[in-house]
Amino acid sequence: MLGLSRKDTTLLLIVLALVVLAPFLLNPFPEDSELARFNAGYPDLMQRFVIFGIFAMGFNILFGLTGYLSFGHAAFLGVGSYAGVWMMKLLTVNVVPAIIASVAVAGVFSLLIGYICLRRSGIYFSILTLAFAQMSFALAYSVLTPITAGETGLQLSLNDPRILGSSAVDGTIPATNFFGIAMRDGFEWAVGGWKFTFNFGYYLCAVIMLIAFYISIRIFRSPFGAMLRAVKSNQQRMNYTGINPKPYTLAAFVISGMYAGLAGGLMVAVDPLAGADRMFWTASGEVVLMTILGGAGTLVGPLLGAGVIKYFENIFSRLNEADLNQMFSGLPDGLQSAMVTVAQMFVGDGWLLTLGVMFMAVVIFLPGGIVEGGQRVAGWFRRKSGTEKSGKAAPAASAAE
Amino acid sequence: MGILKVRNLNKNFGGLKALNEINLDVEEGTVHAIIGPNGAGKSTLLNTFVGRLVPDTGEVNFDDQPLLNRQPYEINQMGVCRVFQTPEIFGELSLLDNVMIPTFAKRDGSFVLNGWGRMDRETDVNDQAEHVLEDVGLADQRNELANSLSRGDKRRLELAMCLVQAPRLLLLDEPTAGMSRADTNNTIDLLKRIGERGITKIVIEHDMHVVFSLAEKISVMAQGAVIVEGAPDEIKGDPKVQEAYLGGAHL
Ligand SMILES: Nc1ncnc2c1ncn2[C@@H]1O[C@H](COP(=O)(O)OP(=O)(O)OP(=O)(O)O)[C@@H](O)[C@H]1O
Ligand SMILES: [Mg+2]
Repeated sequence: MLGLSRKDTTLLLIVLALVVLAPFLLNPFPEDSELARFNAGYPDLMQRFVIFGIFAMGFNILFGLTGYLSFGHAAFLGVGSYAGVWMMKLLTVNVVPAIIASVAVAGVFSLLIGYICLRRSGIYFSILTLAFAQMSFALAYSVLTPITAGETGLQLSLNDPRILGSSAVDGTIPATNFFGIAMRDGFEWAVGGWKFTFNFGYYLCAVIMLIAFYISIRIFRSPFGAMLRAVKSNQQRMNYTGINPKPYTLAAFVISGMYAGLAGGLMVAVDPLAGADRMFWTASGEVVLMTILGGAGTLVGPLLGAGVIKYFENIFSRLNEADLNQMFSGLPDGLQSAMVTVAQMFVGDGWLLTLGVMFMAVVIFLPGGIVEGGQRVAGWFRRKSGTEKSGKAAPAASAAE
Repeated sequence: MGILKVRNLNKNFGGLKALNEINLDVEEGTVHAIIGPNGAGKSTLLNTFVGRLVPDTGEVNFDDQPLLNRQPYEINQMGVCRVFQTPEIFGELSLLDNVMIPTFAKRDGSFVLNGWGRMDRETDVNDQAEHVLEDVGLADQRNELANSLSRGDKRRLELAMCLVQAPRLLLLDEPTAGMSRADTNNTIDLLKRIGERGITKIVIEHDMHVVFSLAEKISVMAQGAVIVEGAPDEIKGDPKVQEAYLGGAHL
């Protein structure tokens, strides 16, 4: 289907199903239950899952395939969101021009930065990208404040021209929309104790993520993808075999920059505010973590990594002592307070510790990330259930490669 | 006709004269062997042909076009391919991909943005690659990773990567080192067969069995200079060669 092999089509359909059903899958616990705090089916969180999924997926095309580790990709995301907000200030709050501009501007910006940084490889490349991103961050806060609005962040206002739309509707700033359907629109569905939220903004992001995922699969399976793997494997041999590795690497850099720009554009499409902090080096580091955690060089790894990190960032960081006391209330007193003390280190502000421990465990025990973990588990099952059914577990696992 | 002409080539590494006034003429369609003791400068000489090393002075012309100061990929695109002394392959890629990549390079040039095609649907390239893998006897391992091969097999893979490009000049730096006797003989046969396709070859070898099975002309190098040059029969008896090889143990 769509020029994909059967294995890849299956993978795409699985991701499609997960994304469509996310409002159910992420809200498995009834509203008033103890465990409801682990639900993640909120519009803004679901949007973040797919948007950061796009960001990590693009990063993976550069890092996973060519091995070039950029520490500055958040700059492209930031530039993308500024471009997006400007479109919504100047043209219209329809998100389509904003998203297109985000991708285009980030593409041009990454062409420029990639051209310079790719003169070096290895650690020097990483440092150069980091330096560029930090420079962009600093510029956004200083000389570029007329464009970026500095610390306040760039946002829509009633005085914006919006020549293709209207500056104000009923005295307020019009809502960002997709040909009239507002991003924040949606509906809720309550069944039994459960409440599921279906948000239009999420579904728009999800559709775009699926398209981005499809493109990523095509790239992975293409001769271009093979060339990118060859860059990672042996640039010498490439050169002596008649191939110039530079334009291939630059193309990968620009594509991943455009994915980052797309992520930035979608962020402002659902919440039209762009701040320089999105370009800070920690944001660049986060996408590295997502990709490695999920499995660098695999198709679904970055999506999984983005999901896991965003989940922990938003759910674990919200737990507090009272929550923990309640969770462990079944235990004897002494044990309860001991458990709470220990667990407390890992929640709230301590969620970064959880992330750190998880990341170290993955790097040490599962260099191929969550995807490798999944493959190993699938491997066990295959061995247990004998060779007859082996065809069943294998495709999903190896399709992720 | 001379396909490769080397004139007065010099290269110093610090005080070491690695190449000393080298002159070399390689005739089109022949097998030209370069022999000499370790450290004689044989690999260094090849390095100047493929753009890995820029000599201090001198000229290298391939097909009457200068080779010096070109990028390695340009030189390959001109029709020169090299098999290295230590195998240079794509270790993390399958054997088939290893051979398909040079095939793309031959077909598409040094850069083409083919991000929408599919490796498994590039039937022409696939077929060519499979065919060459069969030639070198690695077809059964086509889906294995190149890193999993033995040293001798890696060298055969690298040879396949060059052969699939049908180069005009093939540079072989010790193509049989690390191979068993049987594999060495297979490789000799293979090189003879491709000789029939008119590919000019420069072979560096320590194994005299290989040299005398293949070479039509031999240049003997010692301490950066070509000391003797001639047909295999002339070389065999030459006292200077015996001396360079410390009493002729190798011969
Ligand atoms: N890049 C370099 N820098 C410094 N010295 C070098 C360099 N390359 C080669 N040499 C020196 O030049 C001399 C010739 O080396 P070369 O590798 O060409 O020898 P060779 O004839 O290929 O020997 P072998 O049969 O062992 O492969 C050696 O003394 C080597 O140490
Ligand atoms: Mg050598």
